[in-house]
Amino acid sequence: MSVLVYTESEQGKFKKNAFEVASYASAVAKMMGTIVTAIAFNSTENESLGEYGVSKVINVKDDALATFNAGSYASSIAEAVKSTDAKVVILSSSTDTKYLAPLLSAKLSAGYAPNVVQAPDSTSPFTVKRTAFSNKGFAHTQIDTDIKIVGVSNNAFGAHENKTAISVEEIGAVADAATNDTKSVEIDKVVGKATIADADIVVSAGRGMKGPENWGMIEELADVLGAATACSKPVSDLGWRPHGEHVGQTGKPVASNLYIAIGISGAIQHLAGVSASKTKVVINNDPEAPFFKAADYGIVGDAFEVVPQLIEKLKDFKAQNG
Amino acid sequence: MKILVCISNVPDTTSKINFTDGDTKFDTNGVQFVINPNDEFGLTRAMWFKEKQGATVHIATVGGLTVEPTMRKALAIGADEAFRINTEPTDGFSVAQQLAEVVKNGGYDLVIGGRESIDYNGGMVPGILASLTNMNFINSCINLEIDGNNVTAVREIDGGKEKLTSSLPLVVGGQKGLVEESDLRIPNMRGIMMARKKALTVVEPVDATKATEDKKFDKPAPKGQVKLADSVDQLVDLLHNEAKVI
Repeated sequence: MSVLVYTESEQGKFKKNAFEVASYASAVAKMMGTIVTAIAFNSTENESLGEYGVSKVINVKDDALATFNAGSYASSIAEAVKSTDAKVVILSSSTDTKYLAPLLSAKLSAGYAPNVVQAPDSTSPFTVKRTAFSNKGFAHTQIDTDIKIVGVSNNAFGAHENKTAISVEEIGAVADAATNDTKSVEIDKVVGKATIADADIVVSAGRGMKGPENWGMIEELADVLGAATACSKPVSDLGWRPHGEHVGQTGKPVASNLYIAIGISGAIQHLAGVSASKTKVVINNDPEAPFFKAADYGIVGDAFEVVPQLIEKLKDFKAQNG
Repeated sequence: MKILVCISNVPDTTSKINFTDGDTKFDTNGVQFVINPNDEFGLTRAMWFKEKQGATVHIATVGGLTVEPTMRKALAIGADEAFRINTEPTDGFSVAQQLAEVVKNGGYDLVIGGRESIDYNGGMVPGILASLTNMNFINSCINLEIDGNNVTAVREIDGGKEKLTSSLPLVVGGQKGLVEESDLRIPNMRGIMMARKKALTVVEPVDATKATEDKKFDKPAPKGQVKLADSVDQLVDLLHNEAKVI
């Protein structure tokens, strides 16, 4: 028996969430008195998982899987679950992983609890705390099946060092028996910029910016902070910014360490989507904006004055503090 | 083309969330129920296929009698026929099994469900349904074109998007982008009148296995008072020294 964790990589390198899910798996394994096996695809730095409590890595090395394919990846993960006799499978909350998780759930007849925010309440029965009602509440979900799948929320559990002796086994992909003629044709992705899913800091702006032509200062602020940019629903509906930037209940959830909301009043749907962010800062000229009630820090003021000042101040700050 | 849109009956996005029965149940008191937004984008795309390329659009919902007003709304938007699977939805795993039965009996080319419901956020029904019915599956789909049996789709990925090809039969996990917000339709009087006459068939559930159970709910801890900074200097100082986030 073991705990199996799927650690995602990109061009051979583990993503930030790989170390978070490995740490989570390590915590679960400790509660259950067992070890952690990781499965990775075409990873080149497998040993680094040993820093986070992983005892063994199964690295699926196959050029056919160089690009993510939910069906094929799910088949290989399911095979690893069987070969390691895993009873618990730990996944991340990335878009790719949320794509393959239900396929894996069906293949293994395993109950799946997504968006889990902390170590299990208990492992017998197996109960986890996860967000529900689009971050307006939490559910304590008991998974009743023999094999359990846990999807860990981004930036919730954190990465915890736990040096462990590690071995690596390289295998080929398993043949994908199920119907699967879904193929990637083209990936259009911003390279070298933080994404909303894994950024430590997200800078978000709303209708208070008055028009798409005023986003220069938002992007500059994000650049200074190494942050991802996001926007409110009306802004994406108006076509000022791409859909991929819409955060909130029907957009993307945000779970960054710092969320800066500029010219966003704070509709209940928006607040729900960003509530998992640890520190929230609001810049708004309306002191009555509902967002102030949900924020940690705020400045009441005109974004067109405050944001340029903030950019200058942060440039000085970065120059002094590296 | 025969399309099934799976519709979940969820609290309106503006709902305040409360729990009852010792925090073991969602409190529906005073809550307005609507078509799950992610499903509504799918339904609207299905209507586009119906009008532009010719298609029959059915809807299916797992639930008791109380879900029928939401189903009638979907019919008023333009779906042709509805199936209500007469059992309370408990978890995504069993809901997918119930829907799989409808899919198998209906011979659908395309099944669209929301990427996730905005209430229990399971995000698993379309994927499990695809597996159970041996259909292709594309999740977080933001564009969908169908030409004969060939599918071209775009899905959202972290930090961008990916173009995919696939083929029918296909299950799609939909969201905003399948159609724009401005494409969503408010049923008109004629649609509402016609919806009353459309078939809403009650189907008895099959034996399904439950995989998870929500035992207890709680709400996020209330937020402390916001600290207002008088200047950007003070704000940066607070973020650095107090919150330690920069």
